[in-house]
Amino acid sequence: MTAAVELTGITKRFGDVVAVDAVDLVIDDGQFFAMLGPSGCGKTTTLRMIAGLDFPTEGSLKIFGDEVGTLPPNKRPVNTVFQSYALFPHMNVLDNVAFGLRMQGVNKGDARAKAAQAIDLVRLAGMETRKPSQMSGGQQQRVALARALVNEPKVLLLDEPLGALDLKLRQEMQGELKRLQQELGVSFVFVTHDQEEALTMSDRIAVMDQGRILQVGSPEEIYEHPANRFVADFIGQTNLLEGTVEDSSTVCLANGARVQASSDRPVGTAVAVSLRPERAHIAATEAVEDRPSVEGVVDRVTYLGNARVYTVRLDWMEVEVREENRPGAALHEPGAPVSIWWDPGAVWVVGDE
Amino acid sequence: MTATGTRTGRRMLGVHAAAVYGFFYAPILLLVVFSFSGDRLVGQWGGFTLDWYREFLDNEQLTAFHDGAIWTSLKVAAVSTVVSVVLGTLAALSLERFRFRGQRVFDALLYLPIIIPDVTMGIMMLIFFSEAITFADTYLGFEFAKGLQTIIISHIAFNISFVSVVVRARLAGMDDRLEEAAMDLYATRWQTFTHVTFPQILPGILGGALLALTLSLDDVVVTQFSAGPGATTLPVFVFSLIRKGVTPMINAVSVVMLVASLVLIAMMLLADGLRAEADETA
Repeated sequence: MTAAVELTGITKRFGDVVAVDAVDLVIDDGQFFAMLGPSGCGKTTTLRMIAGLDFPTEGSLKIFGDEVGTLPPNKRPVNTVFQSYALFPHMNVLDNVAFGLRMQGVNKGDARAKAAQAIDLVRLAGMETRKPSQMSGGQQQRVALARALVNEPKVLLLDEPLGALDLKLRQEMQGELKRLQQELGVSFVFVTHDQEEALTMSDRIAVMDQGRILQVGSPEEIYEHPANRFVADFIGQTNLLEGTVEDSSTVCLANGARVQASSDRPVGTAVAVSLRPERAHIAATEAVEDRPSVEGVVDRVTYLGNARVYTVRLDWMEVEVREENRPGAALHEPGAPVSIWWDPGAVWVVGDE
Repeated sequence: MTATGTRTGRRMLGVHAAAVYGFFYAPILLLVVFSFSGDRLVGQWGGFTLDWYREFLDNEQLTAFHDGAIWTSLKVAAVSTVVSVVLGTLAALSLERFRFRGQRVFDALLYLPIIIPDVTMGIMMLIFFSEAITFADTYLGFEFAKGLQTIIISHIAFNISFVSVVVRARLAGMDDRLEEAAMDLYATRWQTFTHVTFPQILPGILGGALLALTLSLDDVVVTQFSAGPGATTLPVFVFSLIRKGVTPMINAVSVVMLVASLVLIAMMLLADGLRAEADETA
């Protein structure tokens, strides 16, 4: 099967700044694909290169097997939903949505009929004659979606499409986007800095930082088996317990404690043991039996409603432990000496690379 | 003073406002009133008459078709506005949308005509045209004299700057993403301009055009230096009348000019309204 989008050695430089650094990436057809990373990591530049709004300095960029590296945006079978929506203020909703078809030479009547269908698809029927300024952010978002989708792009690109929406609307639109993607079976490539959004919506995620792709994988792979320290830290919350590899199944932590953790890195490599707060358990010191554990003192307790997060001070660092708020759960006051323990399989060893 | 002001404070503010409006409009009011006065002396009320307007309309130098001052003014204003709107808009587009060698210099030089005094501009034009006439005569073998064309050229010269300032402000306020979105939606560069950029900056272009029109119709100084014996614009003609002694006909002429200006201002406000509306939707 031909990949929907294939980037090989793509580099983008703006003057001396390397925005995207020799990126290789394959996006399969029909996937909901997220590019995730902190701001300035190069994810938006990558998306803009796929759209044709920026041209790569080096490398090959293929869409369904066709090299499109320096083709202008109007010659590519992709459409974009912009972060700011970029709806044409002087046109009403119907004309905004019909714009792409009109530019492709579809006659006015047909273009309008198809536009009306697309407006229906994003559930805005009845709003055809409104101007963008007369609509809420969420509605403008839907118009932007319809305006892109009506052209039946082979790949739909979305640049932080939900960034400007409030939480409730964002969650609603997440479901909506997912529904549309499944209905249409088209690849959606979307850029986000919100890891939760990426996890909940995507089939696959590429985690980027400083112009490079650090890891590509399913949400599970990325969360459970992060490729390195950055990914472990960026996706979800985690405690990184510094240490060195002692043998294939043991890591010696910074305080000298040995914990069971398998890794195939050479003996003596500096690594970190990633311990997710929800996988750690907290108990009064004497209660822990024969399990990997570290000891410390409760520093503070954050009450979240459905859970409590204990911040525990160890000799050399602080560790967060999340305990679900179940009836009968033992409570620990600040200042209490506690042990943090986990199941041997609950941790994951990460390195710098 | 508190936020709402004391009673005396507010009264003083009222007086101040009245004084300001008095200074603004009393002379205009007097001008209008005495344009209907039957006395030959300006400032002497001699009963209501429309004689001065009649005299104005009968004055060949003013109203003669084609070469009367009014017609000259209108022709100069129309041609210089159209040309400067096109050139000024292109200049604004090139400065806002493209990066090219020498851009900063071009940028700085473009605004020079706004900064330099009218008299300097006029003298520059005078020297320029006399040199150009000599040059054309000596080397290119054709003759031309100062007249309508030279006035138009000088008006274009200063209007370009004003138009490009207004259009550029509008362009700068426009979201670049709109153009990207258009191109993403299969529009060519030209279609992007005609369907998206142009409608977005149209209020700016209209505003710039009206500004150019007004400046051209009002200009005395630059025109005086670039006009020849054959062609005179309305403001220059009025100015020359004053030297011969003021008659209330000047008032009548001035009132007509005033009304024309008011119409233009009203149109400008309308364009401004359009601009505000477009901004709302931007």
